[in-house]
Amino acid sequence: MDENSSISVSDLSKSYGKVSAIKNASFQINKGEIVGLLGPNGAGKSTTMRILGGLLSADSGSATVCGLPVADNSLAIKRKIGFMQENNPLPEELRVMEYLKLRAELKEVDPQKISNEVRRVMDLCDLFRTARRKIIRTLSKGFKQRVGIADALIGSPEIIILDEPTIGLDPHQIQGIRKLINSLRGHYTVLISSHILSEIERNCDRVIIINHGRVVAMGTLHELSEEFINENYLKLQVSGKIEHLIDHLKTAGEEYEIEEEANAENEAYTILIKSTNALEIAHYTKMIDQISHCQLKGINIKQPDLEAIFLAATKRSWEEVRTKS
Amino acid sequence: MGHFFTLVRHEVRLLFIAPPTYVASVLFVLLMGFIYWAILRSMTLMPQDTSSVSQFFSLFWLPVFFTVPLLTMRSIAEEKNQATLQTLFSAPIPKYAIVLSKFFAAYLLYLILWALTLYFPIITYNLLPDNLSNASLVDSSAILGSLLFIFLSGILFIAIGIFTSSLTRSQLVAGMLCFTFLFIICIGGQQLEYATYNYFAQGSFFFESIQYVNVIRHFEDFSLGILDTRPFVFYLSISVLLLSLTVNLIDSET
Repeated sequence: MDENSSISVSDLSKSYGKVSAIKNASFQINKGEIVGLLGPNGAGKSTTMRILGGLLSADSGSATVCGLPVADNSLAIKRKIGFMQENNPLPEELRVMEYLKLRAELKEVDPQKISNEVRRVMDLCDLFRTARRKIIRTLSKGFKQRVGIADALIGSPEIIILDEPTIGLDPHQIQGIRKLINSLRGHYTVLISSHILSEIERNCDRVIIINHGRVVAMGTLHELSEEFINENYLKLQVSGKIEHLIDHLKTAGEEYEIEEEANAENEAYTILIKSTNALEIAHYTKMIDQISHCQLKGINIKQPDLEAIFLAATKRSWEEVRTKS
Repeated sequence: MGHFFTLVRHEVRLLFIAPPTYVASVLFVLLMGFIYWAILRSMTLMPQDTSSVSQFFSLFWLPVFFTVPLLTMRSIAEEKNQATLQTLFSAPIPKYAIVLSKFFAAYLLYLILWALTLYFPIITYNLLPDNLSNASLVDSSAILGSLLFIFLSGILFIAIGIFTSSLTRSQLVAGMLCFTFLFIICIGGQQLEYATYNYFAQGSFFFESIQYVNVIRHFEDFSLGILDTRPFVFYLSISVLLLSLTVNLIDSET
């Protein structure tokens, strides 16, 4: 195993009866990385995380966390991992501070340092000032998520696993959690699962896409876009006699799509040009300059987003499954 | 071991903030107080063969039927319902420590409730200082024998409560299951003995076996000061079995 690796998974499989949750999943996560585990509902994200957290045993394959095989060291693994589970179940009748103190004791924090440790994680999650004495039942969903993350951070474990940390939150709460996760960068190895693509895109250094229990893609956004997105996109905003531009594009054999028509608020049309070849801004600027009664208002290369990559990766895995069957 | 004591403290705290605990405690003290008063009253009306303490503790099964379910029904069923068992599992705690902590917390409360009943003979003794027969009010051998039985049988009763609580996510169903199991254990042995009395010869294997599972007979022996190892084996072995099954059941939750 690589010395720089925090988590290493090799050919991991897990079935629930006849339903296969994970099939031969293999990936590696390096120290200090924030990695997103992305996949549709039922893809096997939570099962993978629960195996890594020592909560579930795999049927076959191996998983190593901080150099320790998970199968033989579930208690030792739990000392190295802070785990916030899906739906973040918390004892509703306890106060935030009571709960976090209990968790600190259970996570074997030095008894003399428990108060400081609880204070540290509450400060980090912005709980100390607003919610430390509140009963968990009375907290909003966003604050409950913060309590779950604070719990995961107690004892400064090497790895933080957050299973759907932003599920069910409103945009303000999502922004708060996002900032919190970003503040962990460099201090912890973080594995986040989500099916909200924008969350993964904004928070993570690397993405692992999982579909039907299989790892269908992994890498940085750039690496994934190179692997899955074969087309380049150029977005043009043009006003004036748009028909002349369309004629030019047709003559040149360009593939295009009118994304947005001109309207009362915006006099410019938005046209998306697709090509498997490289698209040069200078070429299109010159072309539009030469067309009479047509003004260029904006031009930019459209970067492929995670949504496009995700759709392409999962579509490919679907096609592979269909071909095999 | 550190985890175990932390969890016991947590469980005791949870019990003290749970309304069923207070319902169980109040009902227990009221019922037992009434029973003790009724026994004293009957003793003033006609002479009795047994001491008030022996009569009092012989009705041990009556409060057990509602106290044990109320103290234990929440323990695992509620954790399963809220999925907080999963959160507990994510900490480095062995699963048996979770089950044992819940068991000991409920058992501790059970012992406290029974210990409170010791006040009844003590108060009566102090209120009737001139009564010639007041020594029988605090018949120490009967009290010790009865309490030893109650503490021993309590291990099994609480283990039944914890086990039934692990069978379901509903506190109500857990409580009803616990009541049913307790009824079978407490009354079943005695009724079986009555029903089969004429069918098996005294000293035969079946006769001895039925007597072995008769909890009421165990109490009678203990209150007379007869200490036999067989009831200890009976209560402790079944308790260990039930708690082990509970550990397996919560293990299958993951």
